[in-house]
Amino acid sequence: MEFFHHSVNIDWMGKAKYFVSTSLALLLIGAASWIYHGRTLDYSVDFKGGTLVDVRFANNPPVDQLRQGLAKQGLGDSVIQKTSDIANPNANEVLIYLQQHGQDQQALDAGKTEILNALHATLGSGAASESGKQDFNAASPEAIAEALVRKDPLGLGAAAGDGYAQLAKQIVDYRDHNSRGVVANLDDLRQGNIPAAAVTALGDSFYASPFAVVNVEIVGPKVGAELRRQAVYVTLYALGGMLIYIAFRFEWVYGAAAVIAVFHDVLITLGLFSLLHFEISLTVIAALLTLVGYSMNDTIVIFDRIRENTRLMRREPFADIVNKSINQTLSRTILTSGLTFLTVLVLFLMGGQVLRSFSFALVVGILVGTYSSFGIAAPMVVAWNRWKGQGAIPVTKDPEPRSATKFGRGEAPGRLAPAGRR
Amino acid sequence: MNPSLKWKAVFIVLVILGCVFGLVGRPAAPTSLGAIRDNFANNIKLGLDLQGGTHLVLQVQVNEAISQETDQALDHLGTQLHDKNIRYDELRKVGDTQILVHNLDPQSAAALRDIVSSNFPDWDIAAAAGEASGYTLTLKPSTIAAIQDQTMTQTEDTIRRRIDQLGLTEPFVAKYGQGDNQIIVELPGEADPSRAKSVIQAGGQLELRGVVDPNPYPSDTTALAAHGGVLPAGSELLPSKDVDASGQAEVYVVQRTPIITGRDLRSATALPSTDNPGAFEVSFTLSTEAARRFGPFTEENIGRPMAIVLDHKVQTAPVIQSRIEDQGRITGRFGEQEANDLALVLRAGALPASIVYLEERTVGPSLGADSIRQGFQASVVSLLVVLVFMVVYYRLSGVNAVVALLLNLVILLAALAYFGAVLTLPGIAGVILTIGMGVDSNVLIFERIREELRAGKAPVSAVDLGFKRALLTIIDTHVTTVVSAVFLFVFGTGPVRGFAVTLTIGLIANLFTAVYVSRVIFEWHLAKAPRQAALSI
Repeated sequence: MEFFHHSVNIDWMGKAKYFVSTSLALLLIGAASWIYHGRTLDYSVDFKGGTLVDVRFANNPPVDQLRQGLAKQGLGDSVIQKTSDIANPNANEVLIYLQQHGQDQQALDAGKTEILNALHATLGSGAASESGKQDFNAASPEAIAEALVRKDPLGLGAAAGDGYAQLAKQIVDYRDHNSRGVVANLDDLRQGNIPAAAVTALGDSFYASPFAVVNVEIVGPKVGAELRRQAVYVTLYALGGMLIYIAFRFEWVYGAAAVIAVFHDVLITLGLFSLLHFEISLTVIAALLTLVGYSMNDTIVIFDRIRENTRLMRREPFADIVNKSINQTLSRTILTSGLTFLTVLVLFLMGGQVLRSFSFALVVGILVGTYSSFGIAAPMVVAWNRWKGQGAIPVTKDPEPRSATKFGRGEAPGRLAPAGRR
Repeated sequence: MNPSLKWKAVFIVLVILGCVFGLVGRPAAPTSLGAIRDNFANNIKLGLDLQGGTHLVLQVQVNEAISQETDQALDHLGTQLHDKNIRYDELRKVGDTQILVHNLDPQSAAALRDIVSSNFPDWDIAAAAGEASGYTLTLKPSTIAAIQDQTMTQTEDTIRRRIDQLGLTEPFVAKYGQGDNQIIVELPGEADPSRAKSVIQAGGQLELRGVVDPNPYPSDTTALAAHGGVLPAGSELLPSKDVDASGQAEVYVVQRTPIITGRDLRSATALPSTDNPGAFEVSFTLSTEAARRFGPFTEENIGRPMAIVLDHKVQTAPVIQSRIEDQGRITGRFGEQEANDLALVLRAGALPASIVYLEERTVGPSLGADSIRQGFQASVVSLLVVLVFMVVYYRLSGVNAVVALLLNLVILLAALAYFGAVLTLPGIAGVILTIGMGVDSNVLIFERIREELRAGKAPVSAVDLGFKRALLTIIDTHVTTVVSAVFLFVFGTGPVRGFAVTLTIGLIANLFTAVYVSRVIFEWHLAKAPRQAALSI
């Protein structure tokens, strides 16, 4: 099977001005959105600091009631957001974000405690906890086992310790996996093959609140800024490393072009994040790094072909060589990008809420990263050559035979005299 | 078959066996399907983001330890100057690392230099700026670095010992970040970090000190007034742990130097209290060396109180009844858990400096389970799509790609298992990029082979040239990415590192599978097929 006949003949470099204007437009839109949103991106709690509590409900969460309840506890400045998930529209999950109060680092988790208190007070489970019962949805397997051992509902006697530890594990497993972390009513446990006597015994020590906290992130204010700074530096270092390697293997202008193209990809992706209100978290940084790697890979494949063709087609204008190289690699570009795009698209649609921002960055990144290789990186090398006022050039490294191309043979590869000038 | 091809095949099979063993053959050879699954789950460690648990980042206030060193030197220097009758106006600490000797008797300048050079090897002395006869002692940078290092290591060890005693599953404690005195504590499966946090944070500095004045006073001022405004030499005021009705803590006058410190403890255990039914106390045993000091001291001070000081607060001040050799107990109406935690902290030793929490993340087990399930489903679906496509598009050669990609994943996972590396969400990003580049390598090679075939080459040489030409590109793309991954690993922390590790391993594995293994399969196929048969690609 083949998608293309091998003799595609598209004049990519002739369309360079359209590519560049498209890129500029995308960059401008991103910049405009960034300025419109107060010159800041939608940072996650990782980068802006504060407390984020992810609460899962048994039923549809009473968002308005929660908002009022939080305000009543003096947490009016908290932000409540219902999570939406394409694959799982009834996630019944709410994110509550609270900015760091003051600078008191000793009480880093004060915000969490306040939010939890407000939740308990608002949702009417306060009365149950006053009677000395614990929240089942927040109970550890050890606490459950301990309560069961005390009651010994199954009459295990001497074997109680191990027996109930086992049962507690089974109960917690049902709660966390089958019931997604929240058991609305202790009686529901019977559906998980938990003996009725044990369920009744649990009722003496526990009550089931209508919610469970599934995730808490608390980041101190200094750390947020530090992480943000570090993410930027790490990315720049990685780009610098790539620049040096490519400059060493090809010519410095190729390294510069590749790095600028990749930088362009990151900026456009960030612009879309701003426009569509996706959050930038630490995981998104990993996705951005993935896109950097991917886009770089794509660019190098084309550059490699240009290098090879420069050797074969010494008389042709450089732009034609570049066009030919892109056309020759077109079928691999479409295949690889298409397949990788499919992979991340599945991840975006099926990967769940945790992977949402992450896979969005990859979906955008693969598209932009593929486009930038022929739309930005290649035209830049062509423009550079035109500006230098000569036809075919710089890349010259003879890729074959392999044995002669080892590094450290006096002259760096790619630094031999340009073929066109010989 | 030619012999070199045979050896290559043997090598590949050995690698596969090694990987399979690493994934499911440890710790014990599996005998059932369930055991295989258990071994696999055992060998592939999941990060907290996937497994659920608590992650704490804390910062050690190293400056406190440095400041303490300066305090001690200040004390020490004061005594020596006093002993040698050297006069000066004032001796004071400047910042955390400097001591200023103000208005020294000019004739004693040489004597001061002598004292510093012979007794304070960690200090540099210089004339103080802007003073006629003042001198500044500065802690040497190398000493500061050494203290910093020692404080961090000691804190890390102490925290680890304390956490280990909580009996949680596989806690992880390590230095974190790039030299900001940070320590990371990971508690897999722990959804409520409050107990761990209070155990980590507890000071645990135990001291037994002689009490100078048997009477406690209601406040600092009354205590001072009782001694005519000046405390006896070598004594200081310490507040009591208990507060009275008005919220004031009683104040004791105690000796400044402790007789016994936490380091002299050999063991500590929580026991039900004999005096207060229902309450708990902590009994401790001293080392033999400390017992030799403690025996005479208690004998001399029978009938007088001794202060048990915890974190600079007087816990109790019981009256010494008889000579005590190596036993003692701390009473004070503790609850059972409180007493247990105190005993634990005493056993584990004191923190050399206080700590501040910077980050706390708790991933509930249900969220982790969701992430795994969804991530796993998505990965399987996308991998299937890719594999099916490769076979449809490249026919028999596509099977090569399938083998190469699957083997790549197996090697990647096995390497993670052998290194004991942890698979996190960003790590999965690395795996995705690996798969992407793995597909790319295969596509590059196959497209090249097709090109050569179109140019009229025979299958054998088309395969040969296809691999040769694509190899250069593949090496360039892989090395570039590995170079960037190395930067990420060196300069990044936590999540970024996880990404870099899986990516690097994955790319190295990919060079092996997409280039070496795939080629061997091609050659094996070509060796069997008639010379001019068409290649299925």
